[in-house]
Formats: sequence, structure tokens, C-alpha cells
Amino acid sequence: MNKHTKTKNDAGRGEEKITSVVNRRLFLRSAGLATSLGTIVIAAGCNDDDDDPMIPGTGDTVDLGSGDIGVLNYAYALEQLEAAFYTQVIQTPYSGMTDAEKTILTDIRDHEIVHRDFFKTALGDKAIKGLTPNFGAIDFTKKDAVLGAAKLFEDTGVAAYNGAGKLLKDPNYLLLAGKIVSVEARHAAVIRDLINPKSADFAGDDIIDMNGMDKAVAPADILSAVKGYVKDTITGTNVGK
Amino acid sequence: MDIFKIIDKFQQIDGDAVGRLEYASRRHFMNRVGSKLASAAIPTAFAAIVNKAFAQSAAAVDVLNYALTLEYLEDEFYKAGNAAANLIPASDKAIFTQIGKHETQHVAFLVKALGTKAIAKPTFDFMYGGAFGDVFTNYKTFVTVSSALEDTGVRAYKGQAGALIADPQILEYALQVHSVEARHAAVARRLAATLLGNPAMKGWITGKEGAVAAIYAGEDNMTQGGVNIKGLASKSDAAVTEAFDEPLTKEAVLAIAGPFIKK
Repeated sequence: MNKHTKTKNDAGRGEEKITSVVNRRLFLRSAGLATSLGTIVIAAGCNDDDDDPMIPGTGDTVDLGSGDIGVLNYAYALEQLEAAFYTQVIQTPYSGMTDAEKTILTDIRDHEIVHRDFFKTALGDKAIKGLTPNFGAIDFTKKDAVLGAAKLFEDTGVAAYNGAGKLLKDPNYLLLAGKIVSVEARHAAVIRDLINPKSADFAGDDIIDMNGMDKAVAPADILSAVKGYVKDTITGTNVGK
Repeated sequence: MDIFKIIDKFQQIDGDAVGRLEYASRRHFMNRVGSKLASAAIPTAFAAIVNKAFAQSAAAVDVLNYALTLEYLEDEFYKAGNAAANLIPASDKAIFTQIGKHETQHVAFLVKALGTKAIAKPTFDFMYGGAFGDVFTNYKTFVTVSSALEDTGVRAYKGQAGALIADPQILEYALQVHSVEARHAAVARRLAATLLGNPAMKGWITGKEGAVAAIYAGEDNMTQGGVNIKGLASKSDAAVTEAFDEPLTKEAVLAIAGPFIKK
């Protein structure tokens, strides 16, 4: 995988671009996020491919590990990205951020930091390293861009935890995942309500299926969807195995 | 009832159903070839699919019927609320229509999954023995009860996850419903906060904050994974308790829901 990273600026690049577009498209279809979230994800991909804010060599290959530890590291990776995102949102508020919005986004930032640090502590020496996020594609000065990205992260987080639950063998870890996923779902609903107040979007038909169910997405598809937002290359082939 | 219509519907939920049906039918046919009993093959195979897909263990059937009880309750509650004249203001109709739609879908899914094992719909008393006497005439009471039902639903599903660990597909379905209940809860809580004039009530649960105190016992827990995480990341108790939702046992949930159920 290191080789893969190093070839980013040479001939291997075209091939990687195609692969990542396909992966992204596959994820979007499977997660049903295409219509509402496609713009942001695709924009992230373009930035990644064209401007290459990922300086070759800064990104490491990070293996999440196997079994339950792999699942916990997977959650830890996602929480790291969320915590870093909201930290940036509060550090550089978008223009016109209301007090009410700031309170909500600060609350969410704190929850994600608590989740991140909880996993780090729980994993101890089995924890993956701190990841380097890549939010180059998100315009933090614009409300639409920030809330759109927040919606993507929260919906993705919910789908990720829902898809990872059955991979866990230890019921205590399953309960912990359950305690966190419903908080992510609360975030998703509130962010969606900020974007389109008092509409059905908080649990919209774009994300909830005809059985009234949220998404459940496998780690491989989630990792593929978020890879534009992290400089490191995350491998999760053995998560839950 | 047209068996193929049922199978078709079923296929929409369980993508593998036809494959299993074919397998089961073939085996049955091989055993019964030349026998008048061959015509009985399809219903038998269909029952086998239901059992295989959704009722792999007695524990799972119990959990699904428990979930069905709560979903019946929620579904009936929103049907009555959405139908009541002058209750839900036009500005909030879209929210409760969407929530009601999901509860109806949850009931339909569970009834289908359980088949003949599904419990009958109980008779409900949404006035909760008089405590919520104006629930369908006073919007404030309606939203209060809605937020309480949704938060209880979240706690109830969470409390059953461990019991489904041996039934991975059912566990996943339960998680997929669980997070939808949490989305509902967040929005209902925010409406309740405004109506009750309680800014301490947010979409997430700070300490034990909620419109009906009795159902939030234990939500202020700060021991996670066996470790007291008070002060983690230098965050406030508010943030630490908001970051984790807490489960309830079936007994605790049924004690809360009991007064809603007449029989």
C-alpha cells in the first residue's frame, strides 16, 4: 500500500482515479446517499485527484486490525475524522453562524471528541495512530458546505455503526456501539433539520427505506466513501474477522 | 392470498428468499415425488423461509414481539395524533406524518417477519390513566408524550442488542430501526423543548433531561466499558452524558409502557 501512495504522481494515477470513482459510486448507490450528498463527495474526489493536497509521503498506511479490535479501531477512525471536522467548524465558523447553530455544532464537536478519546483509551496500545484528515474540499466559510459535510459524516457514521454491529462478538462492545450510534443518529437528524427546518428530512426518504429502516453499510464501502477526507490510507480488510 | 405475491413482497425484504425457497422446494419435491403431498410443498417451504430468515432462535422471536408491542403503541399513537383535528399545527405536520409513516412500516415489517408468531395488537389508553388526559387535544402534551415514546423506543431497542448477537441479520434490522427511532427522538425533543420553554432539553440527552422524568433513569451514567469517564477529554459532565445513550431492560420498558396498554 505504500507503493500505492508513492505512485500518486506518476502513471499509476489514472488508474487510481478510476478505481476511486467506481468505489465512490458503488458506495453512494449502496448507501443511497447519491442524490443528497453526491456533490460534496464528488467535489472532495476532484480536489484530491486534481490539486493533490495530499503531499506524497505524509499519508501512512493504517491497518485497523482484525476481530472486535478491528471494529473498535474502525469506529475510532471515523470518530477521529468527525472530531477533527467539528473542531475546524468551531475554530473557523462559517459566515452568518447563529448562536443556536454554534451551540449545536459545539455540542456535537464535544460528543465526537468524547467518542474519539473513549475509543483511544479503551483500545490502549491496540489503538491505531492519530489520522491526518484532509478537508481541503470543504469550504468552511460557507454554511451550505459545512452543514452538507456534517450531514454526510453523520449519516455515514450511522450507516457504519449499523453495519458493524453484527461483526462484533463481545456483547459489551455491541452495547457500547449501540450507545454511540443513537447519538450519531440524533446528530444526523438535527443537522438535517438545520438544513431544511420542519421538513421530513430529519429522517428523509433519501436515507430511510420502505421498511422504515436506516442504512447499514459494510466497512469496506464506508472506508471507500471517506477516503477522500483522510491523508492516510486505511485498510480494514480484516475488521470483524 | 396469492402465495407468489407474498413471496415477491418477501423478496423485497429478504433478497435471498427465492433462493432458499427453491432449495427447500426442491428437497421437498425429491422426498415427495409421486405423492399427493407434493402440493403442500410451497406453503411448507415458505414457512421455512420465515423461520430461517427471522426466527432463528426463541430469543429472537421474543425480542421481535416485544419490539412489535412498542411499535403498535407508537403507530396507534401517531395515527390518532395525525388524525386529530386542530392538534398538530400545519408547520409541524410534515414531521409527524414522517414519524407516523415509519412506525406503520415498522409494524408491517415485524408482523411479516413474525408471521403466525406475531402477537395481536393490544388495546391502548394514550391518556395513561389520566396523566395525559389532553394528549390529543393539547399539542404540548402530544409532543411531550411523543418525545417520551421515542426516547423509550431508543432505550428499548438498545437494551435488546445483546440478546440478538446470535442472530446477526435480525440484529442488523433492529439496529436499523433503532437509529430511526433516535432520529425521531431528536426532533421530538427539540419541539418539546420549545413548547415547554425548556432550553435545557436538547436533541441529545443531557444528564437525565427529558419531558417525562421517570423514563430517563440512568441516562446520566458516566461509566462506559467499565471505566468512569467523568472528565474525559476535559469535557463537562453534560457533554460526557450526552455522548452516550443508555439502554433499558425489557422489564423497565414494560413498566413504563404498561399504563398505555389496556389489554
